[in-house]
Amino acid sequence: MIRPLMEVKGLKKYFPVKGGVFQRVKGFVRAVDDVDLEIKRREVFGLVGESGCGKTTLGRACLRLTEPTSGEIIFEDVNISNLNLSDMQKMRLNVQMVFQDPFSSLDPRKMVKDIVGEGLVIHGLAKGSELKERVLQNLERVGLKKEHLYRYAHEFSGGQRQRIGVARALVLNPKFIVLDEPTSALDVSVQAKILNLLLKLQKELGLTYMFISHNLSVIEYMSDRIAVMYVGKIVETGTKLELFENPLHPYTRALFSAIPIPDPDLKREKIILKGDVPSPLNPPPGCRFHPRCPYAEEFCEREEPELIDVKAGHKVACHLIK
Amino acid sequence: MSDEKPLLKIRDLRTYFYTYKGVVKALEGVNLRIGTNELLGLVGETGCGKTVTGLSILRLIDPPGKIIGGEIVFGGEDLLKLRENEMSERIRGKKISMVFQEPRSSLNPTYTVGSQISEAIRLHQRVDKREATRRAVSILRQTGMPDPERIAGEYPHELSGGMAQRAMIAMALSCDPELLIADEPTSSLDVTIEAQILELIKDLITKFRTSVLLITHDLGIVAETCDKVAVMYAGNVIEYGDVRDIFKRHRHPYTEGLLNAVPKLKMSGELYTIKGTVPNLITPPTGCRFHPRCPEARKECSEFKPSDVEVEPGHSVSCFLYKG
Repeated sequence: MIRPLMEVKGLKKYFPVKGGVFQRVKGFVRAVDDVDLEIKRREVFGLVGESGCGKTTLGRACLRLTEPTSGEIIFEDVNISNLNLSDMQKMRLNVQMVFQDPFSSLDPRKMVKDIVGEGLVIHGLAKGSELKERVLQNLERVGLKKEHLYRYAHEFSGGQRQRIGVARALVLNPKFIVLDEPTSALDVSVQAKILNLLLKLQKELGLTYMFISHNLSVIEYMSDRIAVMYVGKIVETGTKLELFENPLHPYTRALFSAIPIPDPDLKREKIILKGDVPSPLNPPPGCRFHPRCPYAEEFCEREEPELIDVKAGHKVACHLIK
Repeated sequence: MSDEKPLLKIRDLRTYFYTYKGVVKALEGVNLRIGTNELLGLVGETGCGKTVTGLSILRLIDPPGKIIGGEIVFGGEDLLKLRENEMSERIRGKKISMVFQEPRSSLNPTYTVGSQISEAIRLHQRVDKREATRRAVSILRQTGMPDPERIAGEYPHELSGGMAQRAMIAMALSCDPELLIADEPTSSLDVTIEAQILELIKDLITKFRTSVLLITHDLGIVAETCDKVAVMYAGNVIEYGDVRDIFKRHRHPYTEGLLNAVPKLKMSGELYTIKGTVPNLITPPTGCRFHPRCPEARKECSEFKPSDVEVEPGHSVSCFLYKG
């Protein structure tokens, strides 16, 4: 069996909540709570869930941009979760991230050539004319031109800014890129261009993506495999085909049915969930979905279900599915 | 199409913003109609004038913006000809009310939800404080709020986004409006909560007999909730029709492009893209504002502005490809 590019085991990220006069720790926001996942080489791994479910934190923790509380991250057979700072920096050549909001993730005081070239400078990989050459090459890859080199971020539209963000991620020739909602701030016609670009780059450069989104049709279009997150946990994961043809977890089903689809002829049974998404500060005991689950039984409140394999790579965390 | 008189009819509405960079021609001749008990979706991309249309109906355009022409006929009278005090006494919040995108920032953080709703009731109806509070609780209950008595006593920050939006909708409905303008009511909410709110909005028509103008950029929401759809581009309504007309028999090249740009389930291959970018509305393109990006553009498109043509009963397009 080919080893996956990235393996995550028991990853946890708790944020302490402080309060009172002495700023004592009152509790923890369990943003990511015991997550296991595998990302294969050259695949697009989609991570979907509602806001606050921990998608972004999981993406960032995989790259140690937020230091995980515990757990192992294995990238190309190296356990990166306990690398020291300088080793970690070398390792960062291989992993990059594209952020959600192209309006706040680019330094307004820098020119495009400096934004895109910064990684090369930090790692001491290029300078002078070679630096400029490589920056330009990456700008061209994302559909920008030479004249854009000396402009500032505010001079660009949202779509172009996101292209700059992609160029910045590509400049170090990474193997793995975490794309955190790269199109959620963009209009559909601009989104289409960025999605096309991302898929083209992935094929041409043999990249592996972790694609985070709350938009299910975008996830479906982009991904090979998908994981569904709910309040810090992965509740279901599998290949795109398997998950869309045969969603098993009641949350996945409700989520899929709630996504509006632009086809007025499509008549679907909508599963409208009751109540709100629980806070990760005080997640419900047992299965975290049980207060909203239409099928919840008494033992769902007591025991936390494990993510079990039901069919070749299709895993579900639900007591009712055996 | 309903042949009877529409509830609201907008004709040739023009709203400009006089900024220091120049005049932004945000709306340039918008035509629209909403029938009684109808859910009209107004769809388009950022900056196309959807929200400005909604605000213009209620005359909530603040300087440097100004409604410079056209008419908005509601219940037989032109709203643009009313005096400001008539607008606020008879129309705004009473006959036409509005729900905004960010529920928690449109509620006043220093008053309880119940007192804000009863304030709206007391402003428009002759009732005492106790009766207003009773009605506020009852309207909260009708919008599906769990435990409405408790919620009425809570402050906006104590509510989740979905609950706050329910409270906003309850406030908007408190005076039995004939028209509710909902401006992106779910774009700050999660999908499963969004589904709850959309279900509520669909119910309004049957339960409260309120017509709804639903402003959104999400074509999925339009397909699943609306009866009629108006597609906007750069300050114009370029296509209007039944929801099935727009999704299945659309005629305008922009509608076509917009629908094809959305990823659909089980599709493969590249997504369709519209070339170019949305124009600057200070110096908009001459003629049809879509012509520089249109794959079917001809000579006349850059010279003249197309007028609305009814291609089928109730389905109109503003494009030179279709001439009567």
